[in-house]
Formats: sequence, structure tokens, C-alpha cells
Amino acid sequence: MQPFGLSFARALGAAALGVTLALPGLARAQQAPAAAANTFDAVKSRGQLVCGVNTGLAGFAQPDSQGVWRGFDVEYCRAVATAIFGDPNKVRYVPTTAQNRFTALQSGEVDVMARNTTWTLSRDTSLGLDFPAVNFYDGQGFMVKTALGVKSAKELEGATICVQPGTTTEQNLTDWARSNRIKFTPVVIERLEELVSAYVAGRCDAYTTDVSGLAATRSAQPKPADHLILPEVISKEPLALGVRQGDARFADVVRWTHFLLLSAEEFGITQANVDKLGNDPRPEVQRIIGKNGGLGPMLGLADDWAVKVVKAIGNYGEVFDRHLKPIGIQRGPNAQWNQGGLQFSPPFR
Amino acid sequence: MSQTTIDPRLMRAPPKRKLRLSWADERIRGVVWQVLVVGIVGTIVWWLWSNTVHNLEVRKIATGFGFLTREAGLPVAESVIEYSPTDTYLRALTVGLLNTLKVAVVGIVLSTILGTVIGIARLSRNWLVAKLSAIYVEVIRDLPLLLQLLFWYTILQSLPGPRQAMQPVPGVFLSNRGLKLPWLDWQDAHSLALLALLLGAVVTWFYRRQALAKRILDGQPRRIWPVALGAMGALPVLVWAALGAPWTADWPELRGFNFRGGVTVSPEFFALLLGLVLYTAGFIAEIVRAGILAVPQGQWEAAQALGLHPGQVLRQIVLPQALRVIIPPMTSQYLNITKNSSLAVAIGYQDIVSIANTTLNQTGQAIEGIAIIMLVYLTISLSISLFMNWYNARIALVER
Ligand SMILES: N[C@@H](CCC(=O)N[C@@H](CS)C(=O)NCC(=O)O)C(=O)O
Repeated sequence: MQPFGLSFARALGAAALGVTLALPGLARAQQAPAAAANTFDAVKSRGQLVCGVNTGLAGFAQPDSQGVWRGFDVEYCRAVATAIFGDPNKVRYVPTTAQNRFTALQSGEVDVMARNTTWTLSRDTSLGLDFPAVNFYDGQGFMVKTALGVKSAKELEGATICVQPGTTTEQNLTDWARSNRIKFTPVVIERLEELVSAYVAGRCDAYTTDVSGLAATRSAQPKPADHLILPEVISKEPLALGVRQGDARFADVVRWTHFLLLSAEEFGITQANVDKLGNDPRPEVQRIIGKNGGLGPMLGLADDWAVKVVKAIGNYGEVFDRHLKPIGIQRGPNAQWNQGGLQFSPPFR
Repeated sequence: MSQTTIDPRLMRAPPKRKLRLSWADERIRGVVWQVLVVGIVGTIVWWLWSNTVHNLEVRKIATGFGFLTREAGLPVAESVIEYSPTDTYLRALTVGLLNTLKVAVVGIVLSTILGTVIGIARLSRNWLVAKLSAIYVEVIRDLPLLLQLLFWYTILQSLPGPRQAMQPVPGVFLSNRGLKLPWLDWQDAHSLALLALLLGAVVTWFYRRQALAKRILDGQPRRIWPVALGAMGALPVLVWAALGAPWTADWPELRGFNFRGGVTVSPEFFALLLGLVLYTAGFIAEIVRAGILAVPQGQWEAAQALGLHPGQVLRQIVLPQALRVIIPPMTSQYLNITKNSSLAVAIGYQDIVSIANTTLNQTGQAIEGIAIIMLVYLTISLSISLFMNWYNARIALVER
């Protein structure tokens, strides 16, 4: 029997972090403060992007029956790989749990994290991370079994609530209970699978996480209609892409890949028409597709990077419709800024 | 423990040698090598340390233990001490430590009892009893503990919900929320009575020691039980009665979603305890069996020939000898139980590992978090080892 069993993997992760940090050659050699390694060059010379994704969340990141990773977050890994290599398949996926995702990024095990991770001040400042772009605006909610007869989160007084540790979810839950004077019993299980099965088995009255996560879990149940997502949203969860702090160049590539997907949607550039826009009269479209302006090389990418990305992945709306619409998630706050949403790309200029 | 007295005639001082400052002198060479090795190790440690600190700084990862005094905001399901999410990380970690100790201590006691019973049963002359214990030992030791824990947890989760809870005895409820038991409305009188019981136990122990010492002198057996009854029975009851004999029970009852009142044995704690005890008992049974078998048959026969009855033979002759074989491997089983309790994370029992994991995730201070976990297990393990070594030395053969 391994003494530390399950947590062994995480201890390894932390040990790996310890070792990478303890050994020289990483930063000592390059004395400049911004020298937390150059991920962009490292990825290029490796010929592959290593992307941290969820362990399995329907619609966001999940391997299909052939073992091919699919989902909204997975498309971001593919998009960044296409931006750098022109090939969406040059990605290795590393599944990360709520608990081990940050150490995975800090230790260099992954280059970028596309994994429903909330951007918060403390994570941004003290974890050695940066959050280049919010790819999904979300909030926390509750799900109960329809049979319980509960219609509002305010009725949850005295309830037992399943929650995953190492998340903003657990902290929001205690905040919410405190400010609403609700007493609850938590059931805190580290592995998402075990947690969800505890909820399904009736160990808890309610399961709480990001509403997108609730929708994903609900859609994966044999009878989704047996579960009800309560109307209250108790927090802001800007789910953002993550990179290591102090690596501005790579962060730029990740950030502008997201903006590319947004701008493409805004200007009607789609997977189907992106290579037929050579004569489009709109200057911004000309700049996006690299006919004009030399924007790609400013990012250290090829002139036609955007064409390749949109061709391979599609625009933001297409990605959304492909993966999130089927599990019942509406655009809501993730609509374009000119459609009443929060998704906004700065100009390609 | 044995004090060997050396015949003074055999003691001779070694010849004095002059210390020569030369490589040829063995002692000088020894010192030089040791200084060198310590120096090299020290330099490596210092170098790794300063690199780590530097790299953490470059990567803007927070360091230090300052986070311990910050508000944790973590929900914790069960705690031995008072805890609320507004408490500090230090408090949350203490809660985790106490949860680890709780399951380890109860687990050690129960698995020792169960293991001893099964170990002795395996030596039984009753064929069925012996075979059943043998099968138990073989099966339980062959299945991975994690699997067993998940198995018990799943079983406990498949109990009916709180509204359909089973009620084996009035006031006791068994559901997928755990076992709810009525509990005393705890007051000072109860704490003081408990203290009196402890005092009584100490008094009894001293009395018994004295009685035995006198018996060795005059051969007169003395009765101990009247004193024991008085000190450990009557005294606490008197204390409790003098303080008004408070006796109100706190009954669990279903209100809304859940039970209120009483005490709860959570499914998480129970599954972990059950898994650890059943698993470890399988190993302890084998240790006990081996220990008893290690006592030569002749000891049994000789003791019986002296006219001791079987109970006395076991207690006075066989067990003291068997214990010498049993204690050392038992120590490692106790260490195993403690370390295996960290599998708690898999089934949502919030032990030190679970809470430290969450803490290091929320604060990003992985190195500090892992250091805390290691320190805790090291301290517990060393304490167990020290205690068991002391006990082992106490019962070791005193050779004369
Ligand atoms: N957005 C929250 C929660 C993210 C999160 O980890 N959610 C859970 C539940 S949907 C999850 O994806 N867990 C997957 C896993 O740990 O394997 C955060 O960043 O802390």
C-alpha cells in the first residue's frame, strides 16, 4: 500500500515543482526578472503545445470514444497550436483536477491551461500565474434533484451540499451561507467523479459549482430532467485561460488567439468562408486575414495564422454552438459586446 | 534494561596515544572526512534552498508561512474542535490534524482488538472458526485498501435517504447521512465526573501496585476490586450527583432536509474507519498468530504441569513471551494505519492531507503545504515508534 495513496500524484506534482524550482539553469542563469523561461520558444522547439484541460467535463473537455479530446476548452488548445504551428493536432493534453491544476502550470508540466478556471486577484498575484483572456463568463449555481421539490437556493437551509475542494466554489459557498445566514453541511470530495456520484446517490441534497459545470454534469446524467439547476447565481466566475506569470510574449499569443475567435465572429468570418475573403472590402478583415498590416509577425506568428486558426477551429460562435449549445448552455453574458454580452475583442490594428 | 556489571579486573584502560597532526593518524583522517562530508551536504542543501527561494521569487509565487494566519474560508464537514470558515488556515489545519488523529487512534485500538481475536481464532481447535479466520485474513489482505474504502463508502451511500431513515432503536437513525445517535447535553458535571474517573483509575493503579508488593513479601493475596469499584465507580457518580445529576439527552430529529441534534457518525468517517480496521486487522491477526506460535509448546506444558489453569497460562506465561515477538511488527502496522488514513481524500473525510491540499491550492504554496503534511506524519510516526520502543523495552526479557 502506498502510504499517501491518492495524494501521491499531487505530492509528485509538488515535488516536481520543488525540483524545478530548486535546480538552477531555469532562472538563475537568466538574471532578468521577467525571465521565467520563454514558453513561446520552448513550445516551438518542442514542436508541440502541452495544454492543461479538465479531467472530463462534458462540452468543455472530455475524451470521446476514440480517446480524442473534444470540447470548448479543447478548441482553445487547438487554436493556440494552430496559431503557432499551423496544425491543430500538435497538442498534448494533460488532464488536471481542481486541486493540481496550478502546480501543473507552475512547475512547467503544462504550457497553458484551458480549464474552467476562475480569474481571481489572489490567483493572479500569488500563484505565479497570468490570465490572458476570459473565454467564458460564468457564475456559481446549485443543482438539486427535481424530486426534492426545492425551487430556490433560499430553501437550502439545513441542506447537505456537495462541493469540490480547491475551487472558488467552496469559498463562495461559505460566503453565501454566511451572508444569507444559511447553515449547511458540506461534503467535500476531491475527485469530481466521486463527488458527483455522492450527489447522485443522495449523500447530498444539492451539488454546487459553476453553472456551466452544472449543465455539463446534468447533461451527462442518464435522465437530465431529474435534476434542476436553481435560478440563483451566487458569484462571478470569469473562466480564463492561464499561463505562467512574466511570460508576456506567450501570454500575447494566447490572448490574441481568443480575440481572433471573437473578432472573426464579429466580422462574420467563419470556418466556411475564411479562405474566400481575399477581396473583402473591409480593412479590418484584410488585417485579420493577414493581407494587410503585418499583424501576425508582430505576435511572432505567420501572416496567415488567423486564416489557419479559423479554418481549423471556426469562430467563437461556431465553437460555442458546436460544444455548449448541445448541453443547453445559452450565450447569455458570452454574447458579443454589440449583442448585449461581455465578449469584446480589441481592434486588430 | 539489563545492567551488566563488568568484573573490574577485566577493565583495562586503552593505551593513550598522542594525537599527531598527520594524514597518517586515523583520527585526524576521520575528522577531516567528516567535516568534508558535512560541508558538502550543507552546501548542496543551502544551494538548493537559495535556488528555490530565488526561483519562487522570479516566478512571483508567494512564499513563507504568513498564510497561516489568514482567513481560510474553507467548509469543513466534521471537526473535533469548534470551527467556522471565518477561522484561519492554521485552525483549519489543526482541525485536519485532529481528524487524522481521531481516525488513527480509534483505528489502532479497534484493529488491535479485532486482529487479536482473529489471530487467536485462527489457532482455534474448532475447524470452522479457524478456517473462517484464515479466509478472512487471505481475502482482506489481497484487496487494495483504496478499493475497500470506496466499496464501504458506496455501500453507506446506498442506505435510504434521511426521510426514509432506518430506525433500529428509537432515537437512533441510520441513513445515507450517517448514523445519528442521541447524546448527552454535555455539562460541567459530566466533565468533572470524567476527571474523577481518571483520578480513580490512578488511585486504583497505585493501590494494586502496593498490594502486589506486599503480596510478594507475605504471600497473601489481596482483593483489589473493592477499591477499584469505589474509586472508579462510586467517586465519579458521587461527583456527578453532587453537581445536580444533570441528565438531559439531545435527541436527533428530522427537520427539513436533515436531522438536527444528537451526534453524527458521518459515512465518510465510518467508511474510512471500517476500511482501515478491517484491512489492518488482517495483518495484525497474522502477527498475533505468529507471536503465539513462537512460544514453544514446552512452555504450555510446563506451566500446566505447575498447576496453572489455561487462562493463567495464556496471561502469565505465553502472552508475555509472545508480546516480545508481536510488538515490533505491530509498530509498523500502527504506522501503516496512520499513513493509510491519508486515503481519506478519496472518500471525502477531511483529514490533514485533504485540508493541506486545499490550503496549498488556495494559497498556491505547494512547498509549504507538502512540508506541513510531511511534518505531521513524521511527528505522529516518530511518536508511535518512540512509544512502542519504550513499551517493547519495558516488556523485553530481563536477563540476569
Ligand atoms: N471555476 C472554479 C471551479 C472550477 C472547477 O474545477 N470545477 C470543477 C467542477 S465543474 C471541475 O471542473 N473539476 C474537475 C476535476 O477536478 O477533475 C475555479 O476555478 O475554482
